[in-house]
Amino acid sequence: MLKLKNIQTFYGNIQVLKDINMEVKQGEIITLIGANGAGKSTILMTISGIVPPRKGDILFQGNPIQNINPDKIVALGISQVPEGRRIFPYLTVMENLDMGTFLRNDVFEIKKDMDYVFQLFPILSERRNQPGGTLSGGEQQMLAISRAIMARPKLLLLDEPSLGLAPIITTQIFNIIKKINRENNTTIFLVEQNASLALKVADRGYVMETGEIIMTDTGDNLFNNKDVKKAYLGI
Amino acid sequence: MTIKNQIKKSFLVSLWFMFLTFPILVIQVNTVENVIKWRWLNMIGVGIGSFFLSILWRYMLEKRPEKGKQTKKYQLFFLNNILHEKKIFFPVIILLSLFVLCFPYIFSMYQTNIMISALIYVMMGLGLNIVIGLAGLLDLGYVAFFAVGAYSYALLNYHYGLIFWIALPLGGILALIFGVILGYPVLRLRGDYLAIVTLGFGEIIRLVLENWNDFSFGPSGISNIPKPCFLGIDLSLQGTTKYLFYIIVGMVALTIFVTNRLQNSRIGRAWIALKDDEIACQAMGINKGKTKLRAFGLGAMWAGMGGVIFAAKTTFINPASFTIWESVIILCTVVLGGMGSITGVVLGALLLILLPEYLRAFSEFRMIIFGAVLVLMMVFRPGGIIKNVRRIYKFDPILEKNSVKNEVNS
Repeated sequence: MLKLKNIQTFYGNIQVLKDINMEVKQGEIITLIGANGAGKSTILMTISGIVPPRKGDILFQGNPIQNINPDKIVALGISQVPEGRRIFPYLTVMENLDMGTFLRNDVFEIKKDMDYVFQLFPILSERRNQPGGTLSGGEQQMLAISRAIMARPKLLLLDEPSLGLAPIITTQIFNIIKKINRENNTTIFLVEQNASLALKVADRGYVMETGEIIMTDTGDNLFNNKDVKKAYLGI
Repeated sequence: MTIKNQIKKSFLVSLWFMFLTFPILVIQVNTVENVIKWRWLNMIGVGIGSFFLSILWRYMLEKRPEKGKQTKKYQLFFLNNILHEKKIFFPVIILLSLFVLCFPYIFSMYQTNIMISALIYVMMGLGLNIVIGLAGLLDLGYVAFFAVGAYSYALLNYHYGLIFWIALPLGGILALIFGVILGYPVLRLRGDYLAIVTLGFGEIIRLVLENWNDFSFGPSGISNIPKPCFLGIDLSLQGTTKYLFYIIVGMVALTIFVTNRLQNSRIGRAWIALKDDEIACQAMGINKGKTKLRAFGLGAMWAGMGGVIFAAKTTFINPASFTIWESVIILCTVVLGGMGSITGVVLGALLLILLPEYLRAFSEFRMIIFGAVLVLMMVFRPGGIIKNVRRIYKFDPILEKNSVKNEVNS
């Protein structure tokens, strides 16, 4: 579904991604783990076109997308939940969700999706007329995920959904990520710091270090790998 | 204890003021007779005056946080009531429109003329409100689009004899095109940088108009611009003024209608979202550049049409009417009225243009009063005279469920 071939991304003169090769298959949950500053978020930014790559190809369903504007990429079916939630604080919950459907015009389907989202996160339904800025951290994360689902993506990019959340809420959100994957057959690309949880959920995982992919395997194998355990799981 | 403290502080303030104003208000040197006159009475006056003003200031500051907490909900409720309760809203609108319709018949031509210029500013304020209040782009060269509108009517009329009614949309479209042309390279910048570049653009337009004699007749301007005629009939001077008044009232009503619709549309929400967070917007599939350009162009369009009406009203334009100060005044109407709030901007523009006209007696102090008002506003009403209250669509969860069920059934 998504293929990254020899991707190199720069911030100014600083090279962040050095020859990244990845593949995401339809219906999978893929996780990318790595230390701070490894370039995990940059990969997501590169895929969604906000920081375009200087070299290499990104193929989405066989078509190159590396030089397209971010809004066109969203229209193709790639939706991102940016790091640190980034909801719109002055818009209400409903309006935030509506921004997710910015490129859609099918009113009835949108309504159905909104009901689906409210069923996933009942708390959002209660808060639907409240400005997004007044929600708690966990609710904001739920809103950010819901907003991305509202675009009906084929591929959902999640950037650290557990950031700053209590363990219970993190587990809750991970369960819902699994549910979204199962029910809608949405492919999920998950970037996480919480390696143990992410690897348990994921079908396959990639391990990243200073701009390079150093290891890839199934989630369970990575979870049981000695080096990964030492470096990221602290066991 | 606190009251004692307050009085002590106020006393110190008054002492300080007495010291500060001592050289100007107390010592008076008479150079003819070489004597110095000591006006001690003034000093006492300043002392007492500043003492009470300081106490008043402290009292207001003390009161402010309580007020913010207790009456905020009530205020919101109250405003919403006025704006959305049909029982109050419609009679107010009807009365207001009746008053406006009768205005040129009740008041003199002088008053009507002042009102026309005030309404032109209302229109421009609403246009700038799209750019600043909704999209959050600080535009300090807004007057450039006003100039484009005014000159497009004057020049098109001079060369091709185009009448007002054709020039009005054309001026708007030309200003929109200029807005897009300027916006395309400039909107990559943000905040302060954008403000500086737009400021420069405003000056460029004015300087071009001033120096390109063959095109714009330079500083001598263009005179004898015809006023609009009513169905081909030339009206008397009074008639045209009234007619122009109704035209601008109509245009203001149109502006209010359109900006209100824009504000509650998807693109309006995209503007507000873009103001908050650009990366999140991009992740939602909003084209950053295009959305900003739309705001810029749509804002500029109203200034262009305002310019056409301005040219028709004054019948003479030259570059001196389009200085940076006009931009600043329009910006002030938006900030003073309340960014993003339509009623606020209308009120702000009317106050800011009408008050100086009626308070000509204080014209020397205009800038002092103006500054003082802005400072007071920043302290007591940082959101503007009428703060923007975003419309909230309430719906009943139970009702909603039923309607969904009905849809599924049907």
